Amino acid sequence: MNAIVVSALLGVVMMFAGLLFKNSKQVQWTALIGIFILMGVSIFDNQLISTQGSKSYFNMIELTSFTSWFNVLITFCATSYFLLFHKQIAGVGINKAEYFALMFFILSGVYLLSSYSNLLILFIGIEILSIPQYILAGSDKENVKSTEASLKYFLMGSFSTGILLMGITLLYGATGSFDIMSNQFTTQFTQVNSMSSLAIVGILLMVVSFGFKVSAAPMHFWTPDVYDGTPTAFTPFMATIVKVSVFVAFIRLFHFSFGSVSHAWQITIVSMIALTLLIGNVTAVYQTSVKRMMAYSSIAQAGFMLFAIFAINATSWKGITLYSVTYTLASLGVFAVLIKMKDYTFDGFNGLAKKQPVLAITATICLFSLAGIPLTGGFFAKYYVLMAAVEQGTMLWIVVFAVLMAAISVYYYFRVIMSMYFKQGEAELIEEATTIEKTLLIINATIIIALGILPSVLMR
Amino acid sequence: MLLIILILVPIIGGLVSFLTKNNSQLPALGTSLITLVATLFGAFTYYNGHAPIAIDASWIPSLGANFALNINSGLQVLMLTLTAIIFPLVYLFMHGNELENKSTFYGLMSLAQAGLIGVFLANDALVFYIFWELALIPVYFLSSLFGGENRIKVTFKFFVYTFVGSLLLLVAFLIIYNHTTDHSFAWTSFVESGKSMSGSMQNWMFWLVFLAFAIKMPMFPFHTWQPDAYEQSATPVTIVLSAIMVKMGLFAVIKWLLPVLPLGVLHWTHLVTILSIIGIIYASCLAIVQTNIKRLIAYSSIAHIGLMIATLFAQNQLGTQGVAIQMFNHGINIMGLWLLVLAIEKRLGTQNLNEMGGLAKLAPKFTIALVLISLANIALPLTNGFIGEFMMFNGLFQSTSQYHIVFTIIAGLGVILAAVYTLGMIQKIAFGELKNNEVVFADLSTNEWIVLMIIMGIILWLGFCPNVLMSLVS
Repeated sequence: MNAIVVSALLGVVMMFAGLLFKNSKQVQWTALIGIFILMGVSIFDNQLISTQGSKSYFNMIELTSFTSWFNVLITFCATSYFLLFHKQIAGVGINKAEYFALMFFILSGVYLLSSYSNLLILFIGIEILSIPQYILAGSDKENVKSTEASLKYFLMGSFSTGILLMGITLLYGATGSFDIMSNQFTTQFTQVNSMSSLAIVGILLMVVSFGFKVSAAPMHFWTPDVYDGTPTAFTPFMATIVKVSVFVAFIRLFHFSFGSVSHAWQITIVSMIALTLLIGNVTAVYQTSVKRMMAYSSIAQAGFMLFAIFAINATSWKGITLYSVTYTLASLGVFAVLIKMKDYTFDGFNGLAKKQPVLAITATICLFSLAGIPLTGGFFAKYYVLMAAVEQGTMLWIVVFAVLMAAISVYYYFRVIMSMYFKQGEAELIEEATTIEKTLLIINATIIIALGILPSVLMR
Repeated sequence: MLLIILILVPIIGGLVSFLTKNNSQLPALGTSLITLVATLFGAFTYYNGHAPIAIDASWIPSLGANFALNINSGLQVLMLTLTAIIFPLVYLFMHGNELENKSTFYGLMSLAQAGLIGVFLANDALVFYIFWELALIPVYFLSSLFGGENRIKVTFKFFVYTFVGSLLLLVAFLIIYNHTTDHSFAWTSFVESGKSMSGSMQNWMFWLVFLAFAIKMPMFPFHTWQPDAYEQSATPVTIVLSAIMVKMGLFAVIKWLLPVLPLGVLHWTHLVTILSIIGIIYASCLAIVQTNIKRLIAYSSIAHIGLMIATLFAQNQLGTQGVAIQMFNHGINIMGLWLLVLAIEKRLGTQNLNEMGGLAKLAPKFTIALVLISLANIALPLTNGFIGEFMMFNGLFQSTSQYHIVFTIIAGLGVILAAVYTLGMIQKIAFGELKNNEVVFADLSTNEWIVLMIIMGIILWLGFCPNVLMSLVS
């Protein structure tokens, strides 16, 4: 609970910091101090919950040990993002402090989404999460693509929010309650046969709007353009931290409230998984720009995370936790190298290993993790979500299909590695990486490998 | 402790090699010799007492995954010894060869060794799977960095092929794991879990597991990556691929398929046998018409492996023992052949058989080694290849299938074809007219000669006293 308040306050502080500090360095430092404070607060929250047990606030927000632990992890990811990208964030445009402020607001939305127990909070969380993103997407005002991304994102996003509202309305109509933990709500979802048609349509609308936010096919069309058009400093934030927190909101609602009627909606999720994996992976193969490839790869990775929703059991919670962290850290690592490049195409990476061995090796480890090679965290992330699907026992073909798609993903991830290591060329950087940046990248890669050896440290 | 040393020492050697600028072969060679000593020590401990050596430490308790390694079969001892022998010999043979990016090469080679040893030691499915993948990564980089013009494309094809297989294997392991009663990845639990599955389930599970191994071995028709990859990789890397990595597939069939899914294996025995016998004939015929020496040896390797697969699926004791012996001997022989290819490449700069010829006059030592190793490769009596091949045919003939005579006869044709292409190869390389008078073909240098002497020594020793191998695998 403290984290929600503090993150919102930090957003306000950052806005004032923009008035006080004219120097970009000072703004960045304020933001960094802010995120570390937030990290401390979330750890404090976690301690509080683990000593006192789950806590409910006005039947609106419920902090459980999982939720508070997830908040710690997601704040950790946000901290890594701030550390790796703060210079580039401040370099996007003139309103430096506001970008950071918007991100703190987004984080506040993230905390709401991970801990809501009321559909109204879910709606507010999604909105707090989305609106700053529309602004961030369009923050490079000189660039037409950025404006296009913002407009596209805004139109599509508000459309999906409308669907979410419709879903919430229908669910309210069916149950007479917004409180997803209350008996009044859950008793409506104990048996498939006894569900009213209002409830069924409501659930499907929720699936669609969540699918929108996590860029699952066939609601993925906005993703490549938005991720590609958005300034590269913001794309990793949108593709990782925001996306995984929507996933947690997704699994929270579907496990706690609709878990017993999974037969009603499982087939929808399975078709979404199959489509998402197919479209994400196959289209990524044909990209020439690494940034756009990463956008499609984020669609493909969402396909794997959907397995946690499909399976709905204890393992899927472990899976989504591990997947969130490893996917986020690995994507951040790749983007941190990408943002240094002058040329975003695959050929722009040619010969990077010779010139910048540290950047190349850390990017390689991150790409290994995204591809799911053992001894990186990505392997166990895929392992847990697939295990969850195998455990629930039905429709094993989708697991086989998923690993075949993972094999396709190797193609485009390894194209980057091939460019860096095996091809001749003069990879040009915008600016040299400083020692601190290199150290951070190495630490990031080390964490990914550590998670590949001992994934259980993330499980609570 | 011994088992930890076996894996850790090459890793350390690899990392040190990466960091050294000059003489990076020294840490690799040094650690590979330490590994050799440790392996031989383990082999003798096992050989004398037949006492299993094992460690079993809790790794991810919530999954029931243990870091479990062991040596408790003669096959494991043979494979470990093979791995331990090959690396130092290759390093020694390459001493004096000029090489770009030396530190990368030796570093990756050592890491590959660690991965391979891990595969042969693993007694826990998750550990096995991880090493299975890890052995692939350094080899992928090695093949892509060192070799012919098309190496990047070809190696990537190889990587994707094997990766698809591995991922399906992962799914199979997940299903078997989910079926275990004690939720454990231990080999014994896997055997019990697999056996308790219904016949129809084992039938389709078989392919999820077998595909990975079939691609790695490779078995016809999953072999298409292999000739290209062997040809395009630098020859020392080809040695790792063909002498050891291929054996991973066979080893995995023996340890992780035959006992785990017995009904599935039974159901598909005929299909697999027929495919591998087609593979023998097909690969032998292709080997005869090759003009590139590396492709010729690659196809001969497919033919040899085909016989081993067919015998394995005949499922009798004699045959399986023969396969174990042949896996070791094939590794030794094919390494010898590749080293000779390496010597030719270094001197003539070609792989084309038509550009060679008449080397016997110039290089007697080289020719002696070539003839002896080639003869061992076609399993002439009194060479090491004979005993294993004899036992395999015996085993194939005793298979319970009603077509066992047909299988044996057709597979026997492979032996004749092997003689055709191998003797043809010797003739083209060593005898006849000198094709290129301008090139001076220097005979083997001291270090090369020593390495080949050791290999020839092994060939003759095991040819005269095959008992050593027999008592290890029985």
